[in-house]
Amino acid sequence: MIEIKELNKSYPIGNGSLHVLKGIDLKIDEGELVAIMGSSGSGKSTLLNIIGMLDNYDSGSYKLDNVPIKNLDETKAAKYRNKFLGFVFQSFNLINYKTALENIALPLYYQGVSRLERRKTALEYLGKVGLADWAEHLPSELSGGQKQRIAIARALASQPKVLLADEPTGALDSTTSEEVMDLIKQINKEGKTILVVTHEHDIANMCKRIITLKDGIIMTDVKKNK
Amino acid sequence: MIFNKDSWKEIFDTIKKNKLRTFLSGFTVAIGILIFIILFGLGNGLQNSFGKFFTDDKVNTIRLYPSSTTIPYRGYESNRRIKFTNSDLIDFKEKFNEKIEDIVVRNSRYFQIKYKERANNYSVRAVSPGHQEAELTIIMKGRYLNEGDITNRKKHVVIGRLVADDLFKNEDPIGKYIFGSGHSWKVVGVFQDEGGDREERNLYVPYSTMQKIQKNNDEINQMIVIYDKNMSYDQSLLLEKELESYIKEKKFISPDDNRGVYISNTGEEQENSRQFASVLSIIISFIGIGTLVAGVIGISNIMVFVVKERTKEIGIRKAIGATPNSIIAMVLQESIFITMISGYLGLIVALIILNAIGDNLMAKYFISNPYIETSNAVWATIILIFFGALAGYLPARKAAKIKPIIALRDK
Repeated sequence: MIEIKELNKSYPIGNGSLHVLKGIDLKIDEGELVAIMGSSGSGKSTLLNIIGMLDNYDSGSYKLDNVPIKNLDETKAAKYRNKFLGFVFQSFNLINYKTALENIALPLYYQGVSRLERRKTALEYLGKVGLADWAEHLPSELSGGQKQRIAIARALASQPKVLLADEPTGALDSTTSEEVMDLIKQINKEGKTILVVTHEHDIANMCKRIITLKDGIIMTDVKKNK
Repeated sequence: MIFNKDSWKEIFDTIKKNKLRTFLSGFTVAIGILIFIILFGLGNGLQNSFGKFFTDDKVNTIRLYPSSTTIPYRGYESNRRIKFTNSDLIDFKEKFNEKIEDIVVRNSRYFQIKYKERANNYSVRAVSPGHQEAELTIIMKGRYLNEGDITNRKKHVVIGRLVADDLFKNEDPIGKYIFGSGHSWKVVGVFQDEGGDREERNLYVPYSTMQKIQKNNDEINQMIVIYDKNMSYDQSLLLEKELESYIKEKKFISPDDNRGVYISNTGEEQENSRQFASVLSIIISFIGIGTLVAGVIGISNIMVFVVKERTKEIGIRKAIGATPNSIIAMVLQESIFITMISGYLGLIVALIILNAIGDNLMAKYFISNPYIETSNAVWATIILIFFGALAGYLPARKAAKIKPIIALRDK
């Protein structure tokens, strides 16, 4: 599903540059649940941004579902994001003036799905994350855990190939974190490929595979056998 | 995208759910248009009153008054009184036939007029029929004096609206006889005059009749030359000079004498008033442009603020698949929609206010019938909408270009 070879990325800093990713080789198959771990500055967020087409890379190659992703303009990147990827953020990033249902339906709007169809699909995913009764509530009326579940439903609504979660439990207490991770695991069980960036070991341990980054290179890549 | 029903639905949703933002930008545009139109309209009203002030009399006239000489000339002593007579009138008309439309006579008198037991003193002008055009007299009832009245020396009179009010109250004056200067005069018409109350307390009688009853003289106190209204100001000055030298020669007045005959060209007044009016219109345009610029700055500020406020939302939308173009279209459609609706509202309200003002400010502020040309109003609205859209477009384009990951960091 994801194929990365010799990936390099550096940011210009003053006169020199900061080499953030130093030749990453990574292959993730369909249906995997992968945690990317590392301390801050290890390059884990940069890697996720590149996978999520939110950032460009300097050299190497990156294929998503056998489609080479390189030097995309914003319009194309937006279309690929919409088609291939679903995002879950630490700070939820729901649109505050839209109801839970409207937030979930929004990616479908950008896919050109009709209004009626959008509503139907959104309701379906709302039920899937267990918040069917909260359809007409605004994000400000929801708890952190509920917001994150809405965000996950939104990420799934466009039926992406890969779900990318950047510290999805970073703003949640441990009980709620576990609930959200249970949801993520359940979605994975249904066959979705999921990448979770985290710095918490408990969260990483709930995944099937843990990749640890340090100073821009992959230190360990452990697959758990259950 | 622009004509997509679904994208409009999305925009209406956004507008409905962001009432303060909608109100702020709409209010700015509506107020901008409102102030522009009202100021511009009041300015036009000021110009209106000014115009009225100078349209009492016909503007393309030269007035000739004989007076006394001050310099001895060709054997005549100084301090000789110059007179115009009926034969002068015929000579003048013949001489300047091609350059002028008419020469009108006006001999002003002042005496008591009586009808039944009511009496009052009025100014009576003994005139020729062309006087109606020179003074822009408007007939309300009956008719003005005609050539027959002059030739037959009829004792006919045309009375002012206020004279009719004074003497006849509610009676119809036409065909009635009034008494003045020892004679009975038949009322043939009632007039009104833009010049106001004073003008409407005059009476007009045939000059030939007046000459006859005043010892059968042939004297003329004032002649009013009406020239072609297409004549330029400079051409009218030239005509004035020609008239002056002709009369001075005919009446044996020294060319160096500043008196003897007094000539006044209403074209001169018109030229002055034209200059004043042009200064006035420059000031009005300046005020108008100033208000419009203030409005444009206002709407630009709001739009920059609106887009700034939406940076994070734009980041979210991009992360879930919005293309840069769809972001720009969203911001633009929303801002154009709001500015159009509120611009139109401001326009309507302003026009209603201007209409309501009407002539109410005439007495105190010298503003009458304020108005604005429809084209000016529409252009002002278009300009505001255009700059509102432009002011929204620039930051929207910038926001659409920002990487979503950066836009998402915005708090």
